[in-house]
Amino acid sequence: MNNKNNIKFIQGNEACVEGAIYAGLDFFAGYPITPSTEIAEHLASRLPQKGGKFIQMEDEIASMGAVIGASLTGHKVMTATSGPGFSLKQEALGYACMAEIPCVIANVQRGGPSTGNPTHVSQGDINQARWGTHGDHAIIAMTASNHQDVFNITVQAFNLAETYRTPVILLLDEVIGHMREKLVIPEQGEIPVVERLRTSVKKGVDYHPYLPREDGRLPMSDFGGEHRYNVTGLFHDMWGFPSNDPKIVSELLRHLVDKIENNVNEIAMYKEYWLDDADYILISYGSSARSAVHMARNRRARGVKIGVLELQTLWPFPADIVREKCAGAKAVIVVEMNMGQVVTQVKNAVDNPHNVFLANRVDGELISPSDIKTLLRMIQGKGV
Amino acid sequence: MTKERFDFKDYIRPRFFPHMWCPGCGHGIVLSSLLRAVHELGLDKNDIVITSGIGCSSRISGYVDFHSLHTIHGRALAFATGVKLSKPELKAIVPMGDGDALAIGGNHFIHAARRNIDITAIVMNNRIYGMTGGQFSPLSGSGKKATTAPYKTIDREFDIADLARSAGATFVARSTVFHAIECKDLLKKAITHKGFSVVEILTQCPTYYGRKNKEGDAIQMMEGYKNNTVKIGSKKLEDNPNLIQRGIFVEKTDVPEYCEAYDKIIQTAMKGKA
Amino acid sequence: MEKGKTVKHLIDKEWCKGCGICIHFCPKKVLAFDEQEKADAVRPEDCIACRLCELRCPDLAIQIIEQDGENEQ
Repeated sequence: MNNKNNIKFIQGNEACVEGAIYAGLDFFAGYPITPSTEIAEHLASRLPQKGGKFIQMEDEIASMGAVIGASLTGHKVMTATSGPGFSLKQEALGYACMAEIPCVIANVQRGGPSTGNPTHVSQGDINQARWGTHGDHAIIAMTASNHQDVFNITVQAFNLAETYRTPVILLLDEVIGHMREKLVIPEQGEIPVVERLRTSVKKGVDYHPYLPREDGRLPMSDFGGEHRYNVTGLFHDMWGFPSNDPKIVSELLRHLVDKIENNVNEIAMYKEYWLDDADYILISYGSSARSAVHMARNRRARGVKIGVLELQTLWPFPADIVREKCAGAKAVIVVEMNMGQVVTQVKNAVDNPHNVFLANRVDGELISPSDIKTLLRMIQGKGV
Repeated sequence: MTKERFDFKDYIRPRFFPHMWCPGCGHGIVLSSLLRAVHELGLDKNDIVITSGIGCSSRISGYVDFHSLHTIHGRALAFATGVKLSKPELKAIVPMGDGDALAIGGNHFIHAARRNIDITAIVMNNRIYGMTGGQFSPLSGSGKKATTAPYKTIDREFDIADLARSAGATFVARSTVFHAIECKDLLKKAITHKGFSVVEILTQCPTYYGRKNKEGDAIQMMEGYKNNTVKIGSKKLEDNPNLIQRGIFVEKTDVPEYCEAYDKIIQTAMKGKA
Repeated sequence: MEKGKTVKHLIDKEWCKGCGICIHFCPKKVLAFDEQEKADAVRPEDCIACRLCELRCPDLAIQIIEQDGENEQ
């Protein structure tokens, strides 16, 4: 920690790159798109320095396909994109869910729909991260409000991808991606890194790539290894071969959802500020959480019992944690930069949804502490 | 060539046979030719990754006892690019249908060719979307009948060999399932070739294309391949320039292969030179 | 066919879908449909072991085995 070389003053996109390298990333495929491009640019430089591979593909879909292919040869993989590119990746993302292929997708959010507001901030892709690809499935999506946390959740994203054999989405936003601040890169070993779990089944013994162990994990075998098996986006049996047997279809779909939804409390990451005695709770995430914490700190100084619950895991939604933390609050204000995506989840989670309010901003500007304060004063009956 | 007698059963997953293709479908002949090529080259099954997309042709990946990756429609070459670049010692073979490779997957096709990445693309050209029931493809050509062209197609077709050559493929060849030995031999050359190789194989869809366009059954369609194709540069072309040419159109060895070129990038980067 | 050799036609009737490609293109008319409309080697003694039936069988249902010794039949 004292090594000067470990202290950097960089953009959030670079913090994400540093976290990915720390986690063992060795293959990246991407396509230029604002505001995520710096992730590709830095990895184009960094990856070959450690013997890894970077490829700029012909489009967003190809990038997603290439990382899935590279994951199957035993590598830790990632792609990065923003709004329109995230839309394009959805089919292949669903493939990774179905075929249970570890990979990380960073989506540095910008204003949408469509081309929208490319150089400005938004948090409008929260629900797309959950339901962007077709069909029932579960997903893990994470976010952070400062560079140290971006680094940390990026490492965690790789860890969760390996642990649960699933795509994990990093929902950064334009402000976090482009803002410069300090990052201290931890020493190796300071943050645990989960490596690929490989099968111990010996050559010549029947290997079942899709038969979970007792602990629910599925050990993998690299392409090129001794076990030749099939990977498909069709519903499949424990060998990976296509099946439409109703029992197999149902069991696989339930497995894909349960492996994540049943572990929500293990997966969930969050931070809390002054919640113990809070009458008013702000729930926020990503760059808007910075304004929420700032505003709460100022109100605290004026005697208002206000706290902040900063969500770092958005999917699976940590409903139990939100309910528990908000149990004693007079009002809950969800601070986000969209038309109300997480607020819907919060209303579903808490005991009294009538006390949940939305403080939002959707004009491409970062929501400010005074935006939130305005709503708080109205809730308090103090007027604006 | 290995001395050992060729036996299909050494290379397939027999529990999935008989296969799902229609009676007389040419795709089984492509499968057979591919397996013979692999056998004669003496390749280790553990070294082969077969990546396919969606469609009748794509089911080939489930039948072969290699590492098999059955992906999404049109994107097989993108997935295979990830496989190959991340582990260049593997042999990457990508069988695709004509719609899979050149409609939805057209972008990946030309860019894989441009990069000259060492992948063998096999385009199983039956000029129709078979899996979905006989819609016209970008290889149907004009004046053809399909379920989505009840009044005949007005779309022109690609020439796959010309397209592959223009896009930069360093090995381009064409054969038909009638010419099964030639087909196998071209596949052997393509798989051995260092760089992006394309083998177009004309293969009949008697169920949809043949029936809709009154080209007869599988046998008559194969007679068509016999009578309507010639070796590249044949004198018969003087009388009938519409004959389809078979053989090797492009075979270049002086273009850097992508994975090898990237290895040089790694060497440069590791020395700290930008 | 080479003198002193016989040819065995291994035809997997489960895999054969009866398309008739092997029968039509056999240069010696060795093959014909059986009563189940599957390929059958009806004149194996005429076979020259060119293997075109095996190579062109879309069902991977035919294997030609050349054996030393006279035809058993």
